[in-house]
Amino acid sequence: MAASIDAGIGAGLEVRGMHCERGQRVLIDALDFDVPAGSVLTVVGPNGSGKTTLLRALAGLTQARVRRVAWRRVPIALRSAAWRAQLAYVGHQPGHKDELTAAENLELACVLQGGPAEPADRSRVLDEMGLAARSQLQVKRLSQGQKQRLALARLALSQRSLWLLDEPAAALDVQARDLLATIVARHIARGGTALIATHDPIDLPGARSAQLCLGLAGALPPAAMHAPAEVLAAARSDVR
Amino acid sequence: MSADAVHAGAWAGLVWALRRDLRLAARSAAEVLVVLGFFFVAVTLFPLGVGPDPRVLRLIGAGVIWVCAMLACLMSLARLFAADFADGTLEQMLLSEMPFGAIVCGKIGAHWLTTGWPLMLCTPLVGVQFGLDVTEVGVLLLTLALGTPVLSLIGGIMAALTLGLRGTGALLALLLLPLYVPVLIFGVGAVDAYSAGLGIEGQLSILGAELIVALVGAPLAAAAAVRIAID
Repeated sequence: MAASIDAGIGAGLEVRGMHCERGQRVLIDALDFDVPAGSVLTVVGPNGSGKTTLLRALAGLTQARVRRVAWRRVPIALRSAAWRAQLAYVGHQPGHKDELTAAENLELACVLQGGPAEPADRSRVLDEMGLAARSQLQVKRLSQGQKQRLALARLALSQRSLWLLDEPAAALDVQARDLLATIVARHIARGGTALIATHDPIDLPGARSAQLCLGLAGALPPAAMHAPAEVLAAARSDVR
Repeated sequence: MSADAVHAGAWAGLVWALRRDLRLAARSAAEVLVVLGFFFVAVTLFPLGVGPDPRVLRLIGAGVIWVCAMLACLMSLARLFAADFADGTLEQMLLSEMPFGAIVCGKIGAHWLTTGWPLMLCTPLVGVQFGLDVTEVGVLLLTLALGTPVLSLIGGIMAALTLGLRGTGALLALLLLPLYVPVLIFGVGAVDAYSAGLGIEGQLSILGAELIVALVGAPLAAAAAVRIAID
């Protein structure tokens, strides 16, 4: 079942016939969805429903069978270099080296993302994230929330157009959640696309967004297992 | 992407990983020094255990140094990918446009520069304990120069294969040490042949061939193994 926001607007991500298994269990079956450019797809569902698996499969970190993936109407293979060039992923682990300073981590990440971020850009973003005073501290001296803010800084500097965010707000305080919303809103305004797996949807006033609810496939009757209806996709009422 | 762009991306990935891992090693210099210290102490135990007979010591010298170098290399291999796996940076590397095989190659290169290379620098010092003369130490260094990169390269594959498993250390040793046997045989064989007044070109050629094969195949195999482990 498609969670389409508005097919007429700039083409973004199109996924058809996605199928993921973990162990022996089918988590996602015959899933179709679209995320147009300039919009957010919030992936919700109970624990173990496959939110993380969905994002990791899209990132190419987990094996998945997909009938068709198209990015801006061009079919593309997950795991190809062209696909990776579109992606920014924030997973459960923040992805920093504890021994290096926040500034060094950010610099390494920028090179890895292929972004031409200048030192001035990096210090501006660190400042915005409230890490300016701690940029020369080793990351192991930062708190969990500050580490996550550093991951947000990496995201803010990313030039990638498809963001895959897995519980990005898990350890963030209210202020940092606002920062996250600001960064995502800015990305969307630039015509970017984001998939956000969360239990606690981020409030993005004005941004076009849709919700994808993943059900527990194991809890559904066998008849429904192969029907796309197991994935209840509901467009939110405030979507235009 | 054109062939040139791929080439440039691979080079950039290699340099990025090499510089990053060397910087990390500099921050935690203790880890490098512990491995060197282990090598030094382990080698030194043999003259103490075997006794001071110079003929015996000279006979076993090259073999002892080679075996200890392998064990020292093994000690530091367990962390080659495990640390990056645990903190999520390995995932970020997999998502880079830079070819992952090149990044792995850079990481293995950094591993050699922080284990194999310092071990070679220590070798003249420990060689004295076995009464090896200058030319014998020279031949030993030559075999180490060809052989220790092979240890890091093959070790990279096995470190990737055991990624995410519990009790990696012993399993890694079990898997890896048998694979090190050819390097050991030809590395020690070259020194023995030289001491006996024979030519050493054959042994060095085989070590060189092992290095080339490992250089071509190991980074790609390790990269594939990391992908499986991350899944």
